[in-house]
Amino acid sequence: MTAQPPDPDAQFAAAPERPQILAPPPQRSRGMAMLIEHPTLWIGLALLVLVTLMAILAPLIAPHDPAALNPAFRVKPPSAEAWFGTDMLGRDIFSRTVYGARVSLIVGAGVAVCASIFGLAIGVLSGFLRWADNIVMRVMDGLMSIPAILLAIALMTLMRGGSVFNVILAITIAEIPRVARLTRSVVLSVREQPYVEAGTACGTSTLGIIWRHIMPNTLAPLTVQATYICASAMITEAILSFIGAGMPSSVPSWGNIMAEGRALWQVKPSIVFFPAIFLSVTVLAVNLLGDGLRDAVDPRLAKQV
Amino acid sequence: MSAYILRRILSTIPVVLFVMIFVFSLLYLAPGDPAAILAGDQATQEDIEAIRNQLGLDRSFPVRFVEWAGGVLRGDFGTSIFTREPVTGMILQRVEPTVSLMVVTLAIALVIAIPMGVAAAWKRGSLLDRAIMLFAVLGFSVPVFVVGYVLAWTLALKLGWLPVQGYQPIAEGILPWLRSLILPAATLSGVYIALIARITRATMLEILQQDYIRTARAKGAAGHTVLYVHALRNALVPIVTVVGLGVALMISGAVVIETVFALPGLGRLTVESILRRDYPVIQAIILIFSFVYVIINLLIDLSYTLIDPRIRY
Repeated sequence: MTAQPPDPDAQFAAAPERPQILAPPPQRSRGMAMLIEHPTLWIGLALLVLVTLMAILAPLIAPHDPAALNPAFRVKPPSAEAWFGTDMLGRDIFSRTVYGARVSLIVGAGVAVCASIFGLAIGVLSGFLRWADNIVMRVMDGLMSIPAILLAIALMTLMRGGSVFNVILAITIAEIPRVARLTRSVVLSVREQPYVEAGTACGTSTLGIIWRHIMPNTLAPLTVQATYICASAMITEAILSFIGAGMPSSVPSWGNIMAEGRALWQVKPSIVFFPAIFLSVTVLAVNLLGDGLRDAVDPRLAKQV
Repeated sequence: MSAYILRRILSTIPVVLFVMIFVFSLLYLAPGDPAAILAGDQATQEDIEAIRNQLGLDRSFPVRFVEWAGGVLRGDFGTSIFTREPVTGMILQRVEPTVSLMVVTLAIALVIAIPMGVAAAWKRGSLLDRAIMLFAVLGFSVPVFVVGYVLAWTLALKLGWLPVQGYQPIAEGILPWLRSLILPAATLSGVYIALIARITRATMLEILQQDYIRTARAKGAAGHTVLYVHALRNALVPIVTVVGLGVALMISGAVVIETVFALPGLGRLTVESILRRDYPVIQAIILIFSFVYVIINLLIDLSYTLIDPRIRY
């Protein structure tokens, strides 16, 4: 008779069932939770999606060619034929406004991306290389001491002749210092953290430190900053075009439409008002998105601002 | 203390130098030959060469920069290539409307924004707080010229309460001067109000949690005394800082607002000069505005010890 080997599981008491006091929290995806908790986020996002769709589908939405002249049908008030009226050359303002969304979004997104990339690079560089820090930051101080619109005007007059590329370049240069300073401050504070020192002690290369420790920490503030830069770039583009230093007047941008309506605004305010409404709503959408993102990624900032 | 002041003043030198080099390069690299433009259409090649030699345009970049910088420091900004008048004179004629606009804007902004920020912090989370913060987001989102056209259309054109456009010099009486500035200044103050109200609210929220505020309440100080004497007094440093940084917004806004309201100021001159490609004028205006901005922020930095005696250097 051989003894039964003891049941290996018998020596371990099974954990008792968890008492059902609280219902398990509903499992929502993080993205959904963010949207529900931060209404500004989804309002901004929804508006922005609408404007983006309008920009992409512009050829389908616009009833007329935005550049088509119609001398017999000049400066007409809004009607069934031309929803927002026509301008001094008889062009359909509704069609021009729909196409204007393209310029605004391209410039806003373009500047946000370019300024983030270059600002990030400059900020990381100046946060890590002490000898470069002083020079780079003085240059940034210098750029920041020129009010953004004047700096953009200066660069635009220098480049002579506006194009989407030139406008993006001019506004990007004016916006880079903000990103560079933000990145640098994150780098300086993260670099002193014990886990980064530990990483350095273990022989992680500088590039490794930047990639694994610095980047994740800059991502959240930088994304928020990028949305604000996008909003301010859209306004700057409109102002540049409005005062005649931005897009060539043949391009239907919101600033250009308003510039053309400037002389007539007292008699025909519709030329100025329709693009103005679209511009304001779009910028508002981006700002709401930014506020929502800020609250979502960093509740501490939400309390402050 | 005096060592700090000296250091702070010296620290603006690299910034000013950078701005000067940048602005000078603008003219140096600007398309078009100023000598040919000044000489006119009928000029021969020799005339152009003579003008170029007379203006020193044939010399090297560093030499020209030093000469130009010397002129700027003496208040000489060169000659306009459009009107052929001295730039300094053209600018002096345009200073009054712009300075007036900024002073009135600043006054409106402070009077409205600070109570707004204090009220929002006091009634945190209330409907009032939300409304004020919504206004702040709108202030950042609606471009100045849009606000300008809406206000001018309703208050001036439809209701006829205020002049639609134009500027009345202060020499012709305070009241007409103020009437001509209310609309543009109210417009321009929008972003500024949003900025100041936000920082006031944020700083007040932090200060209202401090122990000495609770002590003040406990000893029976009235609500508004606690708010305006104990709390706001201590919130001044961040507010003043933001007011200084906001000057850049005001300068940018002035360029647009003077165009909308036909004010003959520096902003309007900027736009006119862009259309005429009058680089010496554009250059001078950018330089002057940047200097003003740097100096205002320098003064604000130096005023911290006056505002808050706890700050020592």
